[in-house]
Amino acid sequence: MKQKLVLIGNGMAGVRTLEELLKLAPDSYEITVFGAEPHPNYNRIMLSPVLAGEKTIDDIILNSREWYAEKGIRLISGDPVVEINRARRHVRTRDGVVAGYDRLLIATGSNPFIIPVPGHDKAGVIGFRDIADVETMLHAAKDYKRAVVIGGGLLGLEAANGLMKQGMQVHVVHLLDSLMERQLDKAASALLKSSLETRGMQFLMEAQTAEILGDDRVTGVRFADGSEVAADLVVMAVGIRPNMALAQQAGLHCERGIVVNDTMQTFDPRVYAVGECVQHRGSCYGLVAPLFEQAKVAANHLVEMGIARYEGSVTSTKLKVTGIDLFSAGEFNEGEGDETLVLQDPSQGVYKKLVIRDNKVKGAVLYGDTMDGTWYFTLLREGTDISAFRSTILFGQHDLGDAGHGDASASVMALPASAEICGCNGVCKGDIVDAISKKGLFTLEEVRAHTKASSSCGSCTGLVEAILAGTVGEGYDKAPSKKGMCGCTEHSHDEVIAAIRKGKLKTMQAVRDALDWKTPDGCASCRPALNYYLLANWPAEYEDDAQSRFINERAHGNIQKDGTYSVVPRMFGGLCTANDLRAIADVSDKYKVPEMKVTGGQRIDLFGVKKEDLPAMWKDLTDAGFVSGHAYGKAMRTVKTCAGKTWCRFGTQNSTGLGVKLEELTWGSWMPHKFKLAVSGCPRNCAEATIKDFGVVCVDSGYELHVGGNGGIKVRVTDLLCKVETEEEVLEYCGAFTQLYREEAHYLERTAPWVERVGLNHIKQQVLEDEANRKALYERFLFGQKFAQIDPWKARAEGSEAHEFTPLKIA
Amino acid sequence: MNNWIDIIALDEIPRLGSRVIRTDTMDVAVFRTRDDQVFALRDACPHKGGPLSQGIVHGTSVTCPLHNWKIDLASGEALGPDEGCTNVFATKVEGGRVLLALKADVAAA
Repeated sequence: MKQKLVLIGNGMAGVRTLEELLKLAPDSYEITVFGAEPHPNYNRIMLSPVLAGEKTIDDIILNSREWYAEKGIRLISGDPVVEINRARRHVRTRDGVVAGYDRLLIATGSNPFIIPVPGHDKAGVIGFRDIADVETMLHAAKDYKRAVVIGGGLLGLEAANGLMKQGMQVHVVHLLDSLMERQLDKAASALLKSSLETRGMQFLMEAQTAEILGDDRVTGVRFADGSEVAADLVVMAVGIRPNMALAQQAGLHCERGIVVNDTMQTFDPRVYAVGECVQHRGSCYGLVAPLFEQAKVAANHLVEMGIARYEGSVTSTKLKVTGIDLFSAGEFNEGEGDETLVLQDPSQGVYKKLVIRDNKVKGAVLYGDTMDGTWYFTLLREGTDISAFRSTILFGQHDLGDAGHGDASASVMALPASAEICGCNGVCKGDIVDAISKKGLFTLEEVRAHTKASSSCGSCTGLVEAILAGTVGEGYDKAPSKKGMCGCTEHSHDEVIAAIRKGKLKTMQAVRDALDWKTPDGCASCRPALNYYLLANWPAEYEDDAQSRFINERAHGNIQKDGTYSVVPRMFGGLCTANDLRAIADVSDKYKVPEMKVTGGQRIDLFGVKKEDLPAMWKDLTDAGFVSGHAYGKAMRTVKTCAGKTWCRFGTQNSTGLGVKLEELTWGSWMPHKFKLAVSGCPRNCAEATIKDFGVVCVDSGYELHVGGNGGIKVRVTDLLCKVETEEEVLEYCGAFTQLYREEAHYLERTAPWVERVGLNHIKQQVLEDEANRKALYERFLFGQKFAQIDPWKARAEGSEAHEFTPLKIA
Repeated sequence: MNNWIDIIALDEIPRLGSRVIRTDTMDVAVFRTRDDQVFALRDACPHKGGPLSQGIVHGTSVTCPLHNWKIDLASGEALGPDEGCTNVFATKVEGGRVLLALKADVAAA
């Protein structure tokens, strides 16, 4: 018989937990849901736009009644649970419905705090919490004129804005001297206040409410100083209190909220709790991103996987008042020893402040221009060292060299529905917005799966995130505290790499067993990653698994859209002879190659080769002295060189010769992603060494070494690592840097984002300052190369993996 | 009635891999899972015709090498939010040999 799960609270956190649970194990429970409100689950954070008339209630329904029916969930709405009996393991509702449980999930959310002043129970005094409150406000706006909102926080201002849009005159009453003091510093708060004032909102600051006036219905508010203001409607938005009455009555340990541990379990092991009603490590959360993280963890434990932990959340806030852009995250008021970076442009209404500690972002407040909010938030969460781009950080991410999608200052939400967002897959803004609202999507992953937007090269990820945030509001699940490698595991790339090293795990099965993989043989994203990590860590022992390689690396050619392959022989340093070219020409004739092209990496690409012709073609090429160019792999690709000192009148050093040496050193090595080098003979830099993963610029006195450049999706100029004097040093530093990247970067992370993630200082420490470490890295690189520099083409031309290339024929 | 054709020894298909069977009219991809189940699909992804035989096999599905669509080996249907289906052919393993039935299911499909 199936176990019984009862959920009390039909809101976002609880239902999200059910969705996560159904994803993991659809048949694990017989589920009953109790909701106090008469509606199915809706997006509570979108109540403000409903009040402002920008959305309807139907727009914000997340799970229709059909959803519950389809999933076999019993929904009892409009009948609140009034008792939990833990001894008998059942719950009872007001109308007398009794349901037994094996596991109980409490997600009762929170209640608006109503200030207990005289008259607080008069008609026309409400909180701002649910659909009923919104309906009351909408009705009031039809019959009455004057509204008072008590509370100048996020919720209060959204309520005031909505009421104003409905035609009411609104006074906002705030106890303190600045608005939204929990999210904004004083400067941003003042900007916000004056902007709202120009829209007609009136403020009564530092006003303490003493009494609500009127007979049955409210007629006004009196303050502690004796002054009064007239009102037909009073909305109290002074905060929320976790709704823990039921839990307390049932004897569960509660403090400010229902106390839970890192697995979202209460003091009764059969009872879990998520959402605004809980207190975790001393914190209660009122924003939605943390609730979704909690939901994930609770679901994981309810289906008895038992591996996820909730470790608390860093949150960020956006005000949902159309036309006002505001963002805040982290510790936005500087403490002792903190530094602040401020950009202020009063006439444009722009204010940006970052709080910095030890070269890391600790907090951010943005007003007027919030385009980079997500970026700052990412830097904050990941603890990125910003010293390399500190001087320009306030100008935003695009200033780092994003090729960009048009005018960054134009807000994404202002774009028309027909604007193309994802250039790879041809997805327009309208498609994304439709998918989000019709299919109820909340995460970037879901949007990618349904629309394909940002699922190819990923350069439009920021835009898609902005659309997601704009469409679903705070519901957008942008801040998982940590991200699993793929759907098969909760463990992050770093955790997997550490486990492989620490546990001396040397097979894929050992990794999957040690880290509780959810699938028996992984998936198309984790298998290639694990194969690489094992190969990079145990070059001598690990046996490469062909079936875990993407087809390009298995067939040693690039698959093209018609299923044929392209072949690129290696030309060391881009040098070639007449005989080399003749051999390539002969091969091209013999196998009827339909198209040839000179590549950007200074070699020749032969397109349109049938897979079964590959081994024979490789044999002809290896006979002529070529080896594979690895143009298909997450591997060392090419070393680009310029004309060089032999011919160029500006050349210094033997740059072309050095290029050949570097290519001889590094060819054949597998990498987290593709890896390109270049050597320029003088600072004119004709080989474009400063947009390569490792670039050398020769100068009269030696060699400048540059790292972390990228000419692809997002152009990034290299950082200067150091200057050295001899070729031997170039080779050693190159090998050491490459090995550090091979050991530390995540699979499919190029050097540019890796350098930005770990910081240039870290790389300098490892490669420059610690000489012994540099030599050790270089040694490990050379050791790995012993096993990697075996030409895959020659091996296959001699018959290795023949089954891969031979089709079977039947008539 | 299925018309069984003996095509290959099971051991000649790599585990979590595939072989391509070329017929007069099309290519058929024959997959072998980790636990030695064998499936056969028309070697064309319902999305843009990518060669499924070249994809990574995991569980009882294969990921197309061109745009990462995930196709269920048993039904030929795209998994997840994607929609589409490719032809399925019956297979069986007898005495270490893989048998494929082409005609019956072509008619059905």
